Amino acid sequence: MTSIGTGYDLANSIFSPDGRNFQVEYAVKAVENGGTSIGIRCKDGVVLAVEKLVTSKLLKPNANKRIATVDRHLGVVYSGMIPDGRHFIERARDEARAWRDTFKTPIATADLASRMGGYMQAYTLYQSVRPFGITAIVGGFDSAAETPVDGEVGNGPACGAGGKVAGKTHGGPFLYMIEPSGLYWGYYGAATGKGRQAAKAELEKLDLGGPGGPALTMEEAVKEAARILYVAHDDDKEFELEMTWISGADGPTKGAHHEVPKALREEAERLAKQAQEEKMEE
Amino acid sequence: MDHRPQAWGRPRDDVYGAYDASYLHTDGPKTATQSPIVTGTSVIAIKFKDGVVIAADNLASYGSLARFTDVKRLRTFLSTSVVGFGGDVSDMQFLDRHLNELAIDEAYEHDIVSTGAEADQPTGSAAGQLNAANLHKYLAKLMYRRRSDFDPLWNQVLVAGFDAQAKPFLASVDLRGTTFTSPSLATGFGAMLAQPIMRRFAATEEDAARLTRDEAVNVVKECMKVLFYRDARSLDRYSIAVVTKEGVELSEDEQLEKQSWAFAERIRGYGTQVV
Repeated sequence: MTSIGTGYDLANSIFSPDGRNFQVEYAVKAVENGGTSIGIRCKDGVVLAVEKLVTSKLLKPNANKRIATVDRHLGVVYSGMIPDGRHFIERARDEARAWRDTFKTPIATADLASRMGGYMQAYTLYQSVRPFGITAIVGGFDSAAETPVDGEVGNGPACGAGGKVAGKTHGGPFLYMIEPSGLYWGYYGAATGKGRQAAKAELEKLDLGGPGGPALTMEEAVKEAARILYVAHDDDKEFELEMTWISGADGPTKGAHHEVPKALREEAERLAKQAQEEKMEE
Repeated sequence: MDHRPQAWGRPRDDVYGAYDASYLHTDGPKTATQSPIVTGTSVIAIKFKDGVVIAADNLASYGSLARFTDVKRLRTFLSTSVVGFGGDVSDMQFLDRHLNELAIDEAYEHDIVSTGAEADQPTGSAAGQLNAANLHKYLAKLMYRRRSDFDPLWNQVLVAGFDAQAKPFLASVDLRGTTFTSPSLATGFGAMLAQPIMRRFAATEEDAARLTRDEAVNVVKECMKVLFYRDARSLDRYSIAVVTKEGVELSEDEQLEKQSWAFAERIRGYGTQVV
């Protein structure tokens, strides 16, 4: 590595002469060792999935959840250092709550991504801290409906709260990925962690970014997500699949972030294993 | 003329007397809510064999003025419980926001049963999630704490839902933190006017366990009518919720039906009669 021995990697917040922050790059390396996480933005919602590597036989199966709920309509999955991810979640929950306290309305996915991007970036600026060893995928479904203000007692004005432009769509499914540098982009499909290369290649084959928006439904995406994680998985280690989803108010989760029902997850895993076997035979 | 800046814009002492700055003093006795301002009247509820029916009208009064006529005083919690608020409306809003936060905290830890197929779990709830009995205990502690701080939340609250044994649950807590439970409950004027009617149908838990859903809904609707006849701070539009294991059915824009004001003819002492 070009950074070693130059001294420019000994502290956070120090640039190398060619304009790189090595501490941030090392944080990215920590992410690259973590179990693969993916997020898929679908027609009717968002699906998040993670490959949970089983580090010990003494861990209870399906306990220790990795995908967290930040607000009713927001979920976060991450790859990399789990304690860093836990702290990230804690901060994201605080941000979502603070937003509600101030504006009496749920935080939009884009706003949460912006705030958390800013938070991660702050950890690249100071000597006293190190960057987050995670890349987080933030999924959410912003309600398109006229939502009541928190604590509202009456109907409010018949014209609604306003702030909506006629002819423009508001709300819908959103997906963001935030990297250790604080960089965040909105994605059609996002992957990070150990198997990200293979996962990205598979995601690119899906119909996610068409001109009419994504064609994939959530149920299809759940099956694709399971298949992709099986493809991206390094065969000789055991792993568990954890999947969550967020639909709109008329979908299966009624606008909230929930775990994918057990029956559907098992069906998706069965299909994923079947696809793996068929591939082996070829 | 006093030209000092601190006197600018102040009434002249020689004309109006010395300025009374006593309200600026932070020492002296602390004063908090001394009386409610915008108020909701009765909340009534009755248990039946599969759940609880709860109702409250949609009025918020400002003193005797019928000020707001579309106020929703029944709030669902985690889509498994309903909280009905009587008393101060701003304190209700505070509690509603607080319960909203609590519900989000619950979502962090528990995942939802989507079908209700798991034994004894109401649909939309998760194992270990706050049920109505837990919620009532929480509200009771909160109300008692606030009254002990001499800053009460000026409400009487009914909590309807299910307890840990998945039995219908109904209990009340008021601004002093007093709690009680009964097969039927009513706050405010309802305690005088509606409670005797509901007791005719569900005097004991055994009676309530025999009551069907339709019977319970009819009793509640009848009580809402009596309350509208006799309570001057009530309204003919109301909200009614039925809590069962399948979830909460909340209707927020009901209209009293088949009113008969014939009884009013016989009342003497107020109104338009001359003799």
